[in-house]
Amino acid sequence: MNLHEYQARDILRRHGIPVPPGEVAATADEARAIAARLGSGPVVVKAQVHAGGRGKAGGVKLAANPTEAAAHAAKILGMTIKGLTVQRVLVAPAADIASESYVGIIVDRTSQRPVLMVSAAGGIDIEEVAARTPEKIQRLAVDPRYGLLAHQALSLALQLYRDIAQARAAADIMQQLYAAFYAVGASLTEINPLVTTRDGALAALDAKIVIDDNELDRRPDIAALRDTSAEAPSEVAAREAGLTFIKLEGTVGCCVNGAGLAMATMDLVKYYGGEPANFLDIGGSSNPQKVVSALRIITADPSVRAVLFNIFGGITRGDDVANGIVQATKVLPLKVPLVIRLTGTNEEQGVQILKQAGFSALTDMDEAVKQAVAQAKAA
Amino acid sequence: MSIFVDQQTRLVVQGITGRDGSFHTRQMIGYGTKVVAGVTPGKAGQVFDGVVPVFNTVADAVRETQANTSVIYVPAAVAASAIFEAADAGIPLIVGITEGIPVLDMTRVLPYLHERGARLIGPNCPGLISPGRSKVGIIPGNICRPGRVGVVSRSGTLTYEIVHQLSTQGLGQSTCVGIGGDPLIGTSFIHCLSAFEADAETDAVVMIGEIGGTDEQQAADFVQQTMTKPVIGFIAGQTAPPGRRMGHAGAIISGSSGTAAEKMAAFARAGIAVMKRPADVVPLLKERL
Repeated sequence: MNLHEYQARDILRRHGIPVPPGEVAATADEARAIAARLGSGPVVVKAQVHAGGRGKAGGVKLAANPTEAAAHAAKILGMTIKGLTVQRVLVAPAADIASESYVGIIVDRTSQRPVLMVSAAGGIDIEEVAARTPEKIQRLAVDPRYGLLAHQALSLALQLYRDIAQARAAADIMQQLYAAFYAVGASLTEINPLVTTRDGALAALDAKIVIDDNELDRRPDIAALRDTSAEAPSEVAAREAGLTFIKLEGTVGCCVNGAGLAMATMDLVKYYGGEPANFLDIGGSSNPQKVVSALRIITADPSVRAVLFNIFGGITRGDDVANGIVQATKVLPLKVPLVIRLTGTNEEQGVQILKQAGFSALTDMDEAVKQAVAQAKAA
Repeated sequence: MSIFVDQQTRLVVQGITGRDGSFHTRQMIGYGTKVVAGVTPGKAGQVFDGVVPVFNTVADAVRETQANTSVIYVPAAVAASAIFEAADAGIPLIVGITEGIPVLDMTRVLPYLHERGARLIGPNCPGLISPGRSKVGIIPGNICRPGRVGVVSRSGTLTYEIVHQLSTQGLGQSTCVGIGGDPLIGTSFIHCLSAFEADAETDAVVMIGEIGGTDEQQAADFVQQTMTKPVIGFIAGQTAPPGRRMGHAGAIISGSSGTAAEKMAAFARAGIAVMKRPADVVPLLKERL
């Protein structure tokens, strides 16, 4: 789950990291009022969306006074960035920046540890820095049994700052960021940029936190930070139904059990000249109600011309899926052709249920995909 | 022979009285797996289905039944604890079926296992099966056939699809291992490839990968440097869209290496025959056997 910048800032602040003031606004008037409260200096108005590249998309603007802040907020609110509509802006004082560093933590699959990454070349081009001059990024795989030790943090911080006071402050921030990483169940925490201002103080100017979805059950306070208005409605509906759904641009709606098979099915749709309309994993131990929800979500997309079910029963039982399809099509009459591939656990019962309801079911994956692609093209 | 599990496997089921645990224990017993014990705290003294004694702790189960392999079906919230417990009881092979274990839990579990020399397969995996010998996990036994092809996969149902293609076209399997789709897993492609290379009853290996991470690239290097047996590879997710990624750390740590195209290219460079679709598996294997 992605957090907004303003939510991430709150978490870092609670862990003792210096974060400049700032408040979030949903209207231009609120933005004006926040800017006025922050004092007479310039402010920055920043779109709060779950997407990178906000600045490059025009979602971050500098304002000299409250009136300008309101004008920028009016433009940014409602703007679309990477398909997501901006509903809120953060209004914060514009910092007088002397230097920009990068500090990030992610779990590295190879070392199987949290890895702290720091660079003196922070800012929006950090990925380019990493690709072109990887030596400018320092990495440390942290032993999770002991956490980030003080001397480790300090030796990394000394690569960012010559001034010992600044290095000590940065080392504290790294340890606090590491503590926050475990405390909130993050899969990523990042300060970019970590700035020094003209007076020499350090501050976390922008923050990103991504939470491991598997942590949410045991962290209701973090789960409550979810902003469903910032997510695609179809993806919200799918999650609430216990499904994983990603909308794509094609015409063949796909409903598959298991993420790997779902991806392989999409790939096969493409292989036979079609375009998948979505990724949808109905998961294991599926009950008929899940299939109903899946069909509703897939067919809500007007570009879907055919729906393909590809079910390989393991934990998922073929008769459950067949019952779901029959029930779903009763509540929700289908306007597009349906191609069903069903094999594995309780395949015979499933096929029987579908036959009685007037559907047919194939057992070969390639044959089913070919038919679905042909039907989508004919429609 | 086979890898990791065979007739010597003496299995303890952690979470044997739960919904998934009880269902799959019956399936495993039906397949011929030696299920010697179950563990559910508070239910010691019960006998599951009249045949499997239930204990409060894994240590009790090991002491009483000499279990040497554990399979875990407990809910995600307590799964890390179950893995710790199995390792502490001296179980050398632990199979974690449970889906949804927080990654940060795994950052603590894996070093613990490493210190005790225990192997974890998974988590979030379908387990493994040596057809005709032993099945530990949830892979449907009826789609497998005994034979000489090793299968290792990050996926669940996609593995079934490919195993089904093999079995129905006359190619049986020595062992099929689902290593799991989570970012942190106990047993990598390389561990399995190395075991298959050493297994006298495996002639070729099918490796099924996915987008994300760089495990497939590391496996490709291993194949090129070490393996003498033919390897066939598949990568799911060729049409997956790039996500609306937040933050830069992911890109800094792995660049563009997580895509299907990158992984398929790494396979090809290492001499691994690349399947374009699951149905290619049998023709490609037959060319090489």
